[in-house]
Amino acid sequence: MIDYLTSSDFLWTVIKVVVIFGAVMNVVGLLSWVERKMMARVQMRPGPTRVGPFGLFQPLADLIKFLFKEDVIPLNANKFLYIIAPLVSLVPAFLTFAVVPFGPSFQVADLSVGLLFVFALTSLGVYGIALGGWASNSKYPLMGAMRSAAQMISYELSLTLSVVGVLLIANTLSLRELVVSQESTWFGFIPKWNIFLQPVAFMVYVISGTAETNRLPFDLAESEQELVAGWHTEYSSMKFLMFMMAEYANMIAVSALATILFLGGWNGPMFGPALLQMVLPTFWFVLKIGFFIFFYVLLRSTIPRFRYDQLMKFGWKVLLPLSLANILVTSFIVAIS
Amino acid sequence: MVQILFFFFAALAVGAAINVLAQKHVLYSALSLILMLTAMSVLFVLLRADFIAMINVIVYAGAIMVLFTFVIMLLNIPRDEDGADRLRWLKFIGIPLGLFFLFLIVATLWNVDPVRLAQPELVGSPQAIGRSLFTDYLLPFEATSLLILIALMGAVVFAKKDL
Repeated sequence: MIDYLTSSDFLWTVIKVVVIFGAVMNVVGLLSWVERKMMARVQMRPGPTRVGPFGLFQPLADLIKFLFKEDVIPLNANKFLYIIAPLVSLVPAFLTFAVVPFGPSFQVADLSVGLLFVFALTSLGVYGIALGGWASNSKYPLMGAMRSAAQMISYELSLTLSVVGVLLIANTLSLRELVVSQESTWFGFIPKWNIFLQPVAFMVYVISGTAETNRLPFDLAESEQELVAGWHTEYSSMKFLMFMMAEYANMIAVSALATILFLGGWNGPMFGPALLQMVLPTFWFVLKIGFFIFFYVLLRSTIPRFRYDQLMKFGWKVLLPLSLANILVTSFIVAIS
Repeated sequence: MVQILFFFFAALAVGAAINVLAQKHVLYSALSLILMLTAMSVLFVLLRADFIAMINVIVYAGAIMVLFTFVIMLLNIPRDEDGADRLRWLKFIGIPLGLFFLFLIVATLWNVDPVRLAQPELVGSPQAIGRSLFTDYLLPFEATSLLILIALMGAVVFAKKDL
């Protein structure tokens, strides 16, 4: 890991960091539009239409609104933690993209423990929500933070364990090598993606990933009907925006990881001139991420919320045993063959 | 570059560790401890022990400390005003113990054989750690996991006596 500091081309790395960071920032903005528009279409509404063509500049308008809103800090809040909490949830969310391979040569750092790096950052992401809810010194945020922390701890287990089956097959923790290991095909046309080898793990991963990003049907932490807005009830203006950005960035990160682990990352049909072939892998990768995001938004607009005890039971009594059984079966098969 | 990083994060780790003790509020102590663990992970990275660095963050900073902060927040423990008074007798044990650990660290560092670390990139990799865990250190490894299992079952028995 340390070699990236000392040996790699510094300028090239900086360029990649700037490009990826800028792209993710913009996509996060765009995602809020995608979500509002798609939710609206599902519910037979037009959605945002006023600002720009198809309401496409709505995120920009929202951003300006957020910037000029009054920044309220509750009187009895713990000021230091209240201010630092949005940062604590935003920074790990964006750091994840340092190891995501967007293409064969389009990755900031190919760590030998890339997957663990992502999980480490995911596990740190809980603090932003927990601290934000606690520092607000208010009832609803505290309830939301508690639920969120409990939920993330519970589902992180099955999220991490579901991946182990893939690791047993691929024999590596590096995200880049994980993608490379899924390069070839069966019978010349079925891509050798892990989703076909590990369907159970894929299902567990997608479900726990939804819970991990606090999205419906697992958004107990901010369930509007019970907790107003959960852990960010007291937050306003830029701080609220930062929480929202962290949520969307986490969504992209979970989708990207699902793509890398189960859908073959940047692998896809290659054709055309050399210049097109350079862009195609990144295109396939982004397309697959888009598929997951589409799925998450559809999920949000069609499925009602879980009850809290159902959520916990489902996590501990269904998903966790399922992922453990998956590891057992996979390691047995790997050991035989 | 590596040295600047080392001194920065070493200072951060020591500062955060001191802050854990100096803070009156338990939550701030816990947060300082998280900062200390994260800074220590960077030191592990600088030593090319990537796997241990990541596991350190996942297990300690990400899982155990989450539970700590969770409990602190849930109980809403007030400021520790008379803490210094209550812990007065601790220094009679704490100072000798601290000196003993300092002696242990110095003794260990004194005996380190620098030649054995000739290929550091092979020591910290997940493969190398896995191999040594399942060959040279199999018995301690299995014994530890058995111990954890017993502790786990103990916790369940305590929590759910009439299960």
